[in-house]
Amino acid sequence: MAERILLSPEDIRRALVRIAHEIIERNKGARDIVLVGMQTRGVPLAKRLAAIIKDIEGFAIPTGSLDISLYRDDLSRRPLKPVVHPTDIPVDITDKHVVLVDDVFYTGRSIRAAMDAIMDFGRPRTIQLAVLVDRGHRELPIRADYVGKNIPTSRSEEIKVYVTEIDGEDKVTIVTPNRGGAV
Amino acid sequence: MAKLLIHGGHIIDPSQHLDITGDVLIKDGKIVSVGDTRNTALHDADIILDASGMVVSPGFIDLHCHLRQPGFEDAETIATGTLAAARGGFTTVCCMPNTYPPLDDRASVDYVKQLAAAEGYVRVLPVGCITKGRRGAELVEMDELARAGVIGFSDDGEPVASTRTMRLAMEYASRLGLPIIEHCEDKGLSQGGVMNEGWVSARLGLRGIPAAAEEIMVARDINLAALTGCRLHIAHVSTAGSVKLIRDAKKKDIPVTAEVTPHHLLLTEERVMGKTTGSNTLAFYDTSAKVNPPLRTCTDIKALVEGIKDGTIDAIATDHAPHTLVDKLCEFDVAAFGISGLETAFGCLMSLVHNKQINLMVLISQLTCKPARIIGTKYGELGTLKTGTPADITLFDPNREWLVDSSNFASKGKNTPFDGELLKGKVMVTIVQGEIVHKDEDIRVKRRSRA
Amino acid sequence: MNSAEQTARAAMSETLPGLSTPVWQHHHVLDLDDFSREEIDLVMETAEAMAEVLQREVKRVPALRGKTVVTMFYEPSTRTRASFELAAKSLSADTISLDATRSSVTKGESLLDTLRTIQALGADIIVMRHQYSGAPYIAARHISASIINAGDGWHAHPSQALLDIYTIRRHLGDLADRKVVIIGDIMHSRVARSNIWGMTTMGARVVLCGPPTLLPPGLKEFISRFWPAQVTVETEIEKAIKDADVVMPLRLQLERQQSGLIPSIREYIRLYQLNEDRLALAKPYALVMHPGPMNEGIEISPAVAQSTQSVIEEQVTNGVAVRMALLYLVAGRKNN
Repeated sequence: MAERILLSPEDIRRALVRIAHEIIERNKGARDIVLVGMQTRGVPLAKRLAAIIKDIEGFAIPTGSLDISLYRDDLSRRPLKPVVHPTDIPVDITDKHVVLVDDVFYTGRSIRAAMDAIMDFGRPRTIQLAVLVDRGHRELPIRADYVGKNIPTSRSEEIKVYVTEIDGEDKVTIVTPNRGGAV
Repeated sequence: MAKLLIHGGHIIDPSQHLDITGDVLIKDGKIVSVGDTRNTALHDADIILDASGMVVSPGFIDLHCHLRQPGFEDAETIATGTLAAARGGFTTVCCMPNTYPPLDDRASVDYVKQLAAAEGYVRVLPVGCITKGRRGAELVEMDELARAGVIGFSDDGEPVASTRTMRLAMEYASRLGLPIIEHCEDKGLSQGGVMNEGWVSARLGLRGIPAAAEEIMVARDINLAALTGCRLHIAHVSTAGSVKLIRDAKKKDIPVTAEVTPHHLLLTEERVMGKTTGSNTLAFYDTSAKVNPPLRTCTDIKALVEGIKDGTIDAIATDHAPHTLVDKLCEFDVAAFGISGLETAFGCLMSLVHNKQINLMVLISQLTCKPARIIGTKYGELGTLKTGTPADITLFDPNREWLVDSSNFASKGKNTPFDGELLKGKVMVTIVQGEIVHKDEDIRVKRRSRA
Repeated sequence: MNSAEQTARAAMSETLPGLSTPVWQHHHVLDLDDFSREEIDLVMETAEAMAEVLQREVKRVPALRGKTVVTMFYEPSTRTRASFELAAKSLSADTISLDATRSSVTKGESLLDTLRTIQALGADIIVMRHQYSGAPYIAARHISASIINAGDGWHAHPSQALLDIYTIRRHLGDLADRKVVIIGDIMHSRVARSNIWGMTTMGARVVLCGPPTLLPPGLKEFISRFWPAQVTVETEIEKAIKDADVVMPLRLQLERQQSGLIPSIREYIRLYQLNEDRLALAKPYALVMHPGPMNEGIEISPAVAQSTQSVIEEQVTNGVAVRMALLYLVAGRKNN
């Protein structure tokens, strides 16, 4: 297995700043925005976006977290330790712009589950999606509104996102399986 | 009748203190010679059994088994039960009277004897009830039953709860010289219990039967035996305390004898938690280990083995208790008590020999001459290879390993905690009155054809 | 590798290093005697997430959509059955409740036949309460559906013990070295037995207190085999309850006096009732718990039952979240 760095801490920071500006621009200001980070690494990313938006616009926007374990369509494909992380939606989302924040956008199934979950909390005006990395291979007709970086990948590869709040450092890497014989 | 030669076996006969290699010759259903090594009969015999590598012993005698017929034929019949006995090496079985109707009158006893003569593979000696209907109140016509052929009296399955009734039964029976065989259980203490009272019953949330329930009755009955002079035989002893009481009674020459089952010598209460006894919780509440008296503790097993060695215990009896699947495949509280033991008895007991807990001669005496002494000679001199006695003989391979598969049992009762166990020691041939009633598929018999 | 597997891979990196077998091993939940510390912790974390769902406006998630949960109660029960049914419905499972006291059992159908019929109808999980100890074990051996034990005879009540642990954690945090006192009819109590296993696994000390005739014979040998230092038996309530962190009186069934196990209710109350004077001997913040239903005035005085230290009602609420967690974890394991 070979792991190669694609995004450095600076790259990540710049991407998040750009996304924050795009969110404000698209929604004509930061009013009525609720950021919801997808467990687990989407959560610290959402918090960082909220901090950047606060710097720009001058007020705090509500930020929550969402665990989609209970909304997945694949009860059978579970990790060895099926932990259900906290879900916390701190405000009424009805009539708000809910911006889901996730680290990697892949097949789209997690986002579908997230939308089902959000609908159970109320009736938002819009649901938007911000992702740090889009690696392609969509299996459902779902698109991201804000993308940090497009990284085309093959299915055998893996994108790994590290965030300081959880992993102690910031970086995005790609892991490629070794071909037979190659080192 | 044909001449049957058992050739070249290791002959062990505790009744004659015999432990030699040689031939046993049978003619007209009787033993003609034992221990000949000159091969003179080889030319003479009609049937030759090659017994090399095997032990030749008197046929085993089971003092205590349940054949269920009449009344509970779905669980067992005399035919299936005696075939099971034959496979287990038993040439004589004493069947308990808790049938339906119970064996409390001459007609029932005659019925069993007729059926046994017509369909039985081995000798069936009946035991009569002590009280009518086993209700513990009125005595049966003991003299009439004695004449019908019972070898003793028992309400087995139930104790005789009333001390007065037990005293009267013993006084009345003492005239006949036949034993009262008691299932010792104080129902006041055992009521509702389904396994031994101890840490396992505490853990499993099951009501227990304390050792005291047996010991109190043993003590009571020994006292009555001393008072009346009647022979007392204690069925299926299971506790160390009982062994001690019996030992002390024998020292005082009180006429008491005792038997123990193979399962009480090998298994403890932990077997209720399954074969791995505790590590696999899914195996808990194993009804194949539900038996009365219940499986007890290591301490009790040690005392029972000591009892065999020092003669406190006289015989090993199977208490073969077959049950239908329905009666065992249910909640532990509701399941029937009992183990189907005729076909596994010998293999299980051999583990005690292989573990050097008792020696082979002692084991065989517990299965042959000692139970024969308790039965008496009403049916001939059994449990021995003495010349002139009935040719009831068992051949076994003490080292042969075999897997217990209850689905292959001759008995209708597949209820055994030994299912799937690998046992070392197998009965290969069983002969009753000179006839081969069981033969392992690996045994070849040479028959001489006569013109 | 699709996104589900990638998420799984990502989640794995948060788990214990070197983990290669699933933390959650249970296809059935029969008792807590085979639960590892990690599994109980996992139930606690999952129950917390479920408790959050129960706070929402829409108290429902689709996790068990398409699964059928059948509750089969051979013994009457209101709270446990309702709790399990609510838990199953909150996870979007289809639920069927069978009252075996009235159904084919009275026609003489055996336990296994009834269970096989239920399985043939498509039950994925069977929640079972039975009056005989061990009944769910027979079921688990012969049925492929998952069995969750909602109480078997005197033996076990794992979901009750788990919700008790959950409740204590919420108030007192880590259970390590906490003194938990269980008072009353230990002999006939499946709640007591499961709590002994569960609490000791979490590191707590357990004191069992009751009249000698209501303690199981063999108890001393049982606890000395498994927990020689952690579990003790006491017949005097004042000694048992001193400095307790948690006090749990058990319901005294009136039949116990009728069957002669205790001379009178009056004497039981005098010796063993949890009243204010006795509660004062425990720690000032000690929790008062009860598996319910209570006999106020017998094992617990009304004042104590209504006191601020009582978390008895909260136990019921927590019960739904804990049972949701069990259903969720068992449903996932079945497919693995």
